[in-house]
Order: sequence, then C-alpha cells, then structure tokens
Amino acid sequence: MRLTVNGTPREVGDDPDLPLLWALRDVLGLTGTKFGCGVAACGACTVLIDGAAVRSCQVAVADVRGAVTTIEGVGTPEALAPIQQAWVEHQVAQCGYCQPGQILQAAALLASNPNPTDADIDAAMAGNLCRCGTYPKIRAAIRRAAAMAQGAGP
Amino acid sequence: MTRSANRPARRLGRYTRRGFLVATAAVAGGVAFGVWKAREVPPNPLAPEEGVALNPWLLIDALGVTVVVPRAEMGQGVRTTLAALVAEELDADFAAIRVIHGPPAQAYYNGALMEAGLPYPAYALTERQRWIGRQMAVLPKLLSLQVTGGSTSTVDAFEKMRLAGATARETLKRAAAARTGADIAQLLTEAGAVVLPDGTRLPYPELAAEAAAIAPPEVTLRDPGQWRLLGRPLPRTDMVEKVTGTATFGADVMLPGMKFATVRMNPRLGGPMLSFDPAPALALGGVERVIDLGTGIAVVGATTWHAMRGAEAVAVDWGPAPYPETSAEIFAAIAAAFDAAPNSTLRDDGEIPPPAAGDVSAEYRVPFLAHATMEPMNATALRTADALEVWCGTQAPVVTRDKCAEAVGLDPAAVTVHTTYLGGGFGRRAEFDFAVLAARVADAMPGTPVKVTWSRAEDMRHDFYRPAAIARFRGRVAGGRIAALEAAIAAPSVTRQSMGRLAGFAPPGPDKGHVEGAFDQPYAIPNWRVAGHLADLAVPVGFWRSVGNSMNAFFHESFIDELAHAAGADPLRFRLDHVRPVHAPSARVLEAVAEMSGWGEDAPGTAKGVAFTHSFGTPVAEVVEVADEGGSIRITRAWIACDPGRVLDPAIVEAQMVSGLVYGLSAAAMQEITFAGGEVAQENFWDHDALRLHTCPKVEVRILQDNPHMGGVGEPGTPPAAAALANAVFALTGQRIRELPLRRSVRFVA
Repeated sequence: MRLTVNGTPREVGDDPDLPLLWALRDVLGLTGTKFGCGVAACGACTVLIDGAAVRSCQVAVADVRGAVTTIEGVGTPEALAPIQQAWVEHQVAQCGYCQPGQILQAAALLASNPNPTDADIDAAMAGNLCRCGTYPKIRAAIRRAAAMAQGAGP
Repeated sequence: MTRSANRPARRLGRYTRRGFLVATAAVAGGVAFGVWKAREVPPNPLAPEEGVALNPWLLIDALGVTVVVPRAEMGQGVRTTLAALVAEELDADFAAIRVIHGPPAQAYYNGALMEAGLPYPAYALTERQRWIGRQMAVLPKLLSLQVTGGSTSTVDAFEKMRLAGATARETLKRAAAARTGADIAQLLTEAGAVVLPDGTRLPYPELAAEAAAIAPPEVTLRDPGQWRLLGRPLPRTDMVEKVTGTATFGADVMLPGMKFATVRMNPRLGGPMLSFDPAPALALGGVERVIDLGTGIAVVGATTWHAMRGAEAVAVDWGPAPYPETSAEIFAAIAAAFDAAPNSTLRDDGEIPPPAAGDVSAEYRVPFLAHATMEPMNATALRTADALEVWCGTQAPVVTRDKCAEAVGLDPAAVTVHTTYLGGGFGRRAEFDFAVLAARVADAMPGTPVKVTWSRAEDMRHDFYRPAAIARFRGRVAGGRIAALEAAIAAPSVTRQSMGRLAGFAPPGPDKGHVEGAFDQPYAIPNWRVAGHLADLAVPVGFWRSVGNSMNAFFHESFIDELAHAAGADPLRFRLDHVRPVHAPSARVLEAVAEMSGWGEDAPGTAKGVAFTHSFGTPVAEVVEVADEGGSIRITRAWIACDPGRVLDPAIVEAQMVSGLVYGLSAAAMQEITFAGGEVAQENFWDHDALRLHTCPKVEVRILQDNPHMGGVGEPGTPPAAAALANAVFALTGQRIRELPLRRSVRFVA
C-alpha cells in the first residue's frame, strides 16, 4: 500500500484495513498525529487529506484517496507555518497532546473560510477535545492566524 | 447526632496529640535514620559523558546550558518556570537554554509535600507550624519522594533552583578569575558568559570544567527587584515542540526493533482472570503473541491497532470484582460509613446545637470521576539480561523505577526510567500501574523493546477514580450569620488506598485529604464541626486534580449558598461577611471577583453563581454566568480571582486558573463514572465528555499577590467551579441541585 504523506510517496505495509492513524504512527514513525480515542470522538488524530480535515483513526489506508498532510508537513521548529506562529504567539499549548489535531482542524477551516466568525470557529472545532481547557487561546490563535493571512502582518 | 460526654477533654487532647504526632514524626525521621543522614546532601545523579554537572540541576557542555527540571511537564509549565529560576540567577540566555527532565533521584525530592499534609487549615498556619512543615521535608528527602503533585513544584523549587543557578554563577566567576587573574569583584555575568573588565566574554561552556573543580561558595539570592525573567510572562520552553508535533510524549517513544502491544485487564477492577483463549486473536492477521498477565492479557501486534484488535478478540472469563456490583450498592456502602465513628473531626469549634425547626439540612452526592487524560496510559520498556529501561510520562519516577524493578525481579539500580512529556496528568500519572504492566510485558520478551498503549476504553475503565462521596450538612443562621454548621462526609479514602499501593500500609490517624475543602475554609463560624467518615470500599480511587477539594468544595460552597438563601442574604456578600474577619487575602479575591463580574447585575435570561475555596495555599473565588437558551443552559462567562502570593509567571498562572476551572466545570456539568455488573459503564469520550470550544465560557482572570505565602496554581482553579455552576443554575432556575453531574437534573447546550 502506498500513500503520499507530506508530499512524499510512502509504503505503509500490506494490511488494507489498517487505519491511517496507525500507518502514520507505527509504520512511518510520524508520531505528531496522536491517538486519543479511536472512535472519532476527540479529534487528536486529525490530518488533512487533500486539504480536508479527517479523523485518521477512522480511515483505512486502502480508502485514502488523496495527499495526506500531518503536523510534520505543516511546518518545522526551524520554519513554523503562520498558523503555528499564531499558536506560539498566543502560547496556546499546555500538555500539548491535542494541539496537532487542533492546528490541522483550524488549518482546514481557514483554507476554506479565511475570515471565520465565532460561530464558524465553534462549528469547525466542536469535534476537537482539549482536557487542559486551552479553548479560549485556540480561538484567539485562529483569529490571529486569519488576520495574518489577511495581511495584517505579524 | 452523636455527642461524646468528654468533649472538652477530648478537644484539648486532640490538639496536643496532633501537635505531638507531627513534631515526633519530624524528629523520628532524624533519629531513625541518623541526623547525619537527614542532613546529608543527596548525591548528584548527573554523570554526563561530556560536559560538567555543576549541581543536580545544571549541566554545561559544549552546546551550552541545560537545566534539569525534575518535575513532570503535564501542561502546567514547570519546564518554563523552574528553568527560569535557575536561569535568573545564572544569567543564562533563556532563549538558548535546553531543558531536560533528568533521571529519577533522591536529589529531586519534593520538600514542599509535607507542609501541605499538616492537619491544619493552611490559611491559619502559624510560623511554628510552617517551621515544623519545613523540618518534615526530611521525610520526602529520606524517602526519595520525587513527586509532581499537590501544586507544590514552584514552592519546592523556588529557593533551591535559584540557589543552583546562583552558586553555579559564582563558581564560574571564580574559575574566570583564576584563569585570567582578574579581580572577581570586577567580573560580570550576562547571557551565558562571564564578562571581564575589558569586555572579553568567556562563555560558560569554556569555564565549566575548571568551575567543577572549585567548591561552590555561599551565595545570597538576588532581591526580586533585580529579576529580569521571573515575575513576567516567558515564552514556554515546550511551546514550539508542541505545535510542530516534535514533542515526545510517552506514546511517541520509538526504538529500533520495537514491538507494539496493548493490555486488556479485568474490567471488574482487582478481580481475577479465570481463563482465557488466545486462539481467536492469534487467528487475526498482525497478531503476534498473547501474554498471560495473571489478571489480564497483553497482545503484541504488528501495530498498536493490530494489538488492540487482537486484545478484543481474546475470549476471557473474568472473575468477580472485590466490591459491590452496581452504583446503587456502592453508594449504599458509602452511606453506611456514616454509621461508624468518624475518622476525623479536623474542625471542631464551639458546640453544635441539637436539631431544631428552621435548621437548614441537605444531603449531597458526587460520582466517581475518571481523569481521562488526552493521552491514554502507556509505557515503553526494554528488558535485557541484567537491566530494564522504561520510558513513560510519570509524576513519580522514583516510585515507578522501584515498582518496575520489583515486578521483574531486579534491583532498582538496574532500572532506568526516562520521563517524557505527559499528555495530561491530573494525578492519574502519579500511579505506576501502566509502567509496571509494560515492564512485565517486556519481561516476557527479553531483548525486544515494546510499547504498551492502552485503548481509550481500557484507560477509562481502569482508572484510579476521584471517589464518589456523600455529604450531610445541617446549619443554622441567625441575624444574617451562620450560627452553627455541622458537616459529615463519607467516601473511600484516597490517602489510604494510595499509601497502600505505594508503601504497603495505610497510615493511621485523621485523613486530611478526605475533608480538605470543607474543614479548612476561612469562614467565621462559631459552632462548626466537620467529620470525615471513611468508607471501606475496594473501588480503585486516586488523586484527581485538587483531590478532596474537588468534592468537598462542591458540598461546602453549595451549602453556604443554601444558608445565604435561608438568611435572605446576597450569596457573595454573605461569604464576604464570614471570610473577612478570618483571612484578608481570601476576602480580597471575593471582592475582586464581585467587581470583575459586575455581581448583582444580570442581563435578562442570565444568572450568576459564586463559590470560593482556599486550597493548596491559594484562595480562589469564581463567578460563573449561565443563560437560558430555549430551555437548555449555556455556560456563558466566568470570572476568576486568585491570590497565590508571589507570581513567577503570570501568563502560566492565568492559563492554569482557566484550565482548572474548565476541568471542574466539565466534571460538574457532564461527567460520572458508574458501575454495572462490577464494571465501569463508560468507555470513551462519547459517554464521558468534557466542555469543548463551543461550550466553553469566556473567562477572565485577575491575579492578586497579597498572600504572604506562595501557594499552588495547578489545582486551586478546580474546586470552586462545581459549586459556582450549581449556584448559578439555582439563581437561574430556582432548582437547587445537590447531585453531580448537573446534567442528571438540567439540560445543557450540547
């Protein structure tokens, strides 16, 4: 089975039923994508497939039709993407375990809706749980990332 | 109400005996182990292959300065604030320092744990009691209690990690003086270098080897007025890793040749496994092995998913649980504890009058609660011929090392524990069960590293839960004041269970944790008694963010609201009237939260509730606003005022306050763990949910710094949340809800 992950073709083994989450983590060693619940109830495993946010615990590798982007493909510590810069500016993370999923969910929102209202943010982010309660900062960082993309500058 | 005839004598005896016990415990520590042992400086556990460890908290090598922060980073920001304590005095470049957790070691004992355990209300501790608490730090030292908990990390580190930085700085200056012949008084330190009078910079890495040969001098710590890092918001040292997916949590550990496994233990917690058939699992693709763990099984697979699928397929015959099978029977067992003599009466002031017409009485109930950290329990282990290595997120690395050693028959010295980032702790990772299970799986496959990750259901159903509890309150108001208050609280004891797991014995004497949040609040009540009844119940219970405060603050602050209502008084003013005469910092947080929230003015269709708790040395007042949205309740806004004394990083304190509130509101509104057939009924976030972004209130925080003693911040935001919400629901609907979660009685916006 072959997938395109962060722009690179990757071999992920021969089990078509293997959820994308575990192909990323256990086969490819891309551990930025997190396991939280296994039933699409928490959003920690969110990745992009052709730009759309999906719960990778619920997508079998055989069903992946498109390019996969994980948190490792968004930016790196040396070259943060603007959305990650916004997260750093607002010092969002506490334990940090849910944040890759939050960031990818927010990235998908901003890609389709560059200037989301509070209601848009509510609707888009409702599936992503954070047990540390960083929600107010997540909201602020999404607004900041939207402003950066609108050219408000850093 | 039972009343013993010898109360005056008992009261005197109680105070005397308690003081005596505390003092002798401190002395006994010295005597039993030898005073020399208690005073001995623990050895420096750091033995770097390159570079120099000037003390247990500081490594300097060619790459620069590395600070050892020997506390679990579980979101509360210790790797930032504790690193800043060293960097402040060291004059290190904060942006360039690296932070590691370091090994389990006696040197990293938590000296602040004992003061928190003193059986007195923290707001009223005398200087002598605080002194005793400090002397009792010999106990965590002798027991190597390297523990992250009790909201103590900053309090414990405040002096010793600044001293680590200061002594290293002065030693480095001496090394520079010896090398260059410069007058030490003329040397400056700045951004990781000693600066000579001519401006030449000698970076610390160039001086470290020479400094290591110099005995550290006595130093004086800088006045806070000179601080450049402490007291202001710093960029968190873990932030960039956490937004790029490069932070390594326990679940992210990858080792060459590593296998993936999961466990499935008896869901009737503590019960035996009668038999199991691995054949259905082994028939599945990708399942490599099923391991008998006695009270459950482990499955090794090609990936974690294959292992989890395999574990579900194993046919198991589970034996019964060692506790009643249903929640109803469990609550009956808790209620039965009221019939026995109390374990504690840590508040016993004045005389409780016999019941009379006009008394206010109420019974409250709270459920068991799971921690439900975002990262499910896991650990990775590698057993070799004569050693064991363990990787996991843990709040107690020394205990984890020792328990893993015991589980595989090794000496603790042969076990290495690597502490990773924690994807949430909240007390769950103060336990060691997940590490021991991984060690046992590794023991069955020597030479092969194995990562053991629990499914969410396994995590939810094998927790050490916040205890379920029942409280009975009776009170009397006269002239707008509380004339008498009697409380009795029944629950299984976290202290006894956890000490049994840790040390093999249950400590005797009054269990403070069982009644904290109720007996130790700064209210002026002339006749006041709080009795704690321990229920003998084998349901596993443990430390859940704010521990006893999480339930007792709900009981106490709900009842204070009921008394205010009975007195016809404003609930916030009523609290102030009782708190102001006792503890000024507590009164000020109430005044602050009143001002912030616009207390007394509610928009149509909204209402506010207030609650206050002094916990972990920090008074916190919270106001929660709720709104009626078409018959459902929305939590719209919240205000927090706290006074933790001197604040080292206001942004982290604020974040912890919000976090504690959201954690408490989530539990109060939505969460419960129930039992049926001896098993936990809940299994995932769909039936044990929490607030989410769209249901989280807007929160405003004000931090006061008038408290003369530093308090904690990781937990004190949680206790008032449940009562503030329940009191707001009462203000909105007139419905007084005495049982959590509130969604049993009202509907919340989903």
